[in-house]
Amino acid sequence: MSSDKPKQSRAPDLLDRRRLLLGGAAAGGVVSSLALTRGLQAAESAPENLPPNTPDWSVYLGEGVDARPYGTPSEYEADVVRRRVEWLTATPESSVNFTPIHELDGFVTPNGLCFERHHGGRADISPQDHRLMIHGLVERPLLFTVDEIKRFPQENRFYFLECAANGGMEWRGAQLNGVQYTHGMIHCVQYTGVSLRTLLAEAGLKPKGSWILAEGADSSGMTRSIPMEKALDDCLVAYSMNGERLRPEQGYPLRLVVPGWEGNMWVKWLRRLEVGDAAWYHREETSKYTDLLPSGEAYKFTWTMEAKSVITSPSPEKPVTTEGFQVIKGLAWSGAGKIARVDVSLDGGMNWQTAQLHGPVLPKCLTRFTFDWHWDGKPALLQSRCVDETGYVQPDIASLQEVRGVNSIYHNNSIQTWQVNQDGVVENVRLG
Amino acid sequence: MFAWAKPLAAIAALCLLAEGALAEGKYGLGRVATAEEIAGWDVDIRPDGHGLPPGSGSVLDGEEIYLEQCAVCHGEFGEGAGRYPVLMGGFETLVDDRPEKTVGSYWPYASTVWDYVYRAMPFGFARSLSADDTYAVTAYLLYLNDVVDEEFVLTQENFSEVRMPNEAGFFVREQPDVPTGEPCMKNCKDKVEVVGRAVILDVTPDEAQPVLD
Repeated sequence: MSSDKPKQSRAPDLLDRRRLLLGGAAAGGVVSSLALTRGLQAAESAPENLPPNTPDWSVYLGEGVDARPYGTPSEYEADVVRRRVEWLTATPESSVNFTPIHELDGFVTPNGLCFERHHGGRADISPQDHRLMIHGLVERPLLFTVDEIKRFPQENRFYFLECAANGGMEWRGAQLNGVQYTHGMIHCVQYTGVSLRTLLAEAGLKPKGSWILAEGADSSGMTRSIPMEKALDDCLVAYSMNGERLRPEQGYPLRLVVPGWEGNMWVKWLRRLEVGDAAWYHREETSKYTDLLPSGEAYKFTWTMEAKSVITSPSPEKPVTTEGFQVIKGLAWSGAGKIARVDVSLDGGMNWQTAQLHGPVLPKCLTRFTFDWHWDGKPALLQSRCVDETGYVQPDIASLQEVRGVNSIYHNNSIQTWQVNQDGVVENVRLG
Repeated sequence: MFAWAKPLAAIAALCLLAEGALAEGKYGLGRVATAEEIAGWDVDIRPDGHGLPPGSGSVLDGEEIYLEQCAVCHGEFGEGAGRYPVLMGGFETLVDDRPEKTVGSYWPYASTVWDYVYRAMPFGFARSLSADDTYAVTAYLLYLNDVVDEEFVLTQENFSEVRMPNEAGFFVREQPDVPTGEPCMKNCKDKVEVVGRAVILDVTPDEAQPVLD
């Protein structure tokens, strides 16, 4: 009986079981990086640093203020990094890595941990050598320096950015055993920039202008068509994220911000905006980022990232290490607006209880939720389900599969299930 | 008055006229982009042929360029090498359990091929093909996919006559496409059963299908 087991400190036993589990699995980036994470978690305390003793750092001077002109995380957080799944893409230049969302709190993603998706590698661009061109169906084709873009009236807004392929590996079944990989193609930062509406007005829109083509300056020449209604609604041309200039991997010196819409449209290294009277149907809006259906037809222009949530802890990377009080933590978001509610299930979706939302709850932004849980040591099936302000309810995978089959790759916003076993090990499972 | 003063004044007047027509925006930021600057960057094309530069290229020329510039990643016949994209075939597979989405089976417009090759290929040496090279490579890819015959020469003039097999295969979905309503809170299912596990399914990396490229 489980009640006969010792109630405290299950960690050593857990770690052994995890090593066994992982050792039995095939070698690969996922497995080895998870093993690394867990190895670090197993670090033991040094008794000489604990009460009643006095540790060295309480005795000797630490580094001075000149040591780190640009600060970095504690060396003890070295495993909190972006990771890649090697088999996912042909090359690291046209590839993606994943935000370690299981290690983060609140709703803001630190700049250095925001996942990267490049199609031709990271472009490193000198701002002096960068220009933004606006042309096409405008009164005045204009060319701006980055400094001129910064002189426009400024907007400061928080938004999530989710790759349309986030969860794309999970359509057929539970495939990747880690929330970093199942849900980590997402980040949320505060952008500073100029409203696209303001920029377009500066060039003077002609009445026939109904679409915008946004183009990046990287070697993939990334392009996407954006309908004028969205361009004039809430898009930004951003130059800062979380208060500092964009990171090169996020599009320095300029990127497009297309709130609530799939990440591929947020063109990085933005160098050109052309106004036209029809969509361009370029590669990223035809051969990619379209949703193939069982009929053989495909959805095009599925731009909005619909409401989605996930429990980030417990998760495969964050096992339950002891019985008793736990805080279930997670994230919810909707490209259609604000998150209205998140429910949590402990029994695989049979029964649900409403979680607590942690403000600010902003539109098209990550929202942190928590749920207080007393774990009794029995197996559980954890799920979260969100509802956004439009009333849209996050669907289960069966509902999505019924309409879209298993080959649509993109826009998987289904409910995730984590199984917690009697030892506290957490697994990505699929329910029937 | 000096002899050259009059023409100068006329030029100045013309410039003022031009500026008048372009009247400054509200913030007076940026400067007018010249036609030459725009032409250098504005290389995109659309399905209706808008943006296509003059030029042409044959299937046979395209084969030569393709074998030299493209085959190392995409295979001699577009069959794909390693994990790089397959460009040829896959017809009738879109309803299969494992569909093969290629230029021939999936891409709706030939303009997408021309545009992408010209702006982004070859991978790692973008913008190195001339317009004529791009017409030729596009013609060869159309030939590999049975859209044109081997004598075909693709030109600015005949471009919009090319029709891809899957042009009608795309539509805009209704929003949302799954039922939504007041979510259930109690006794929501008949049963709860685990049918799949990531750990047991254990994707063997070499066998997994790339989903991004």
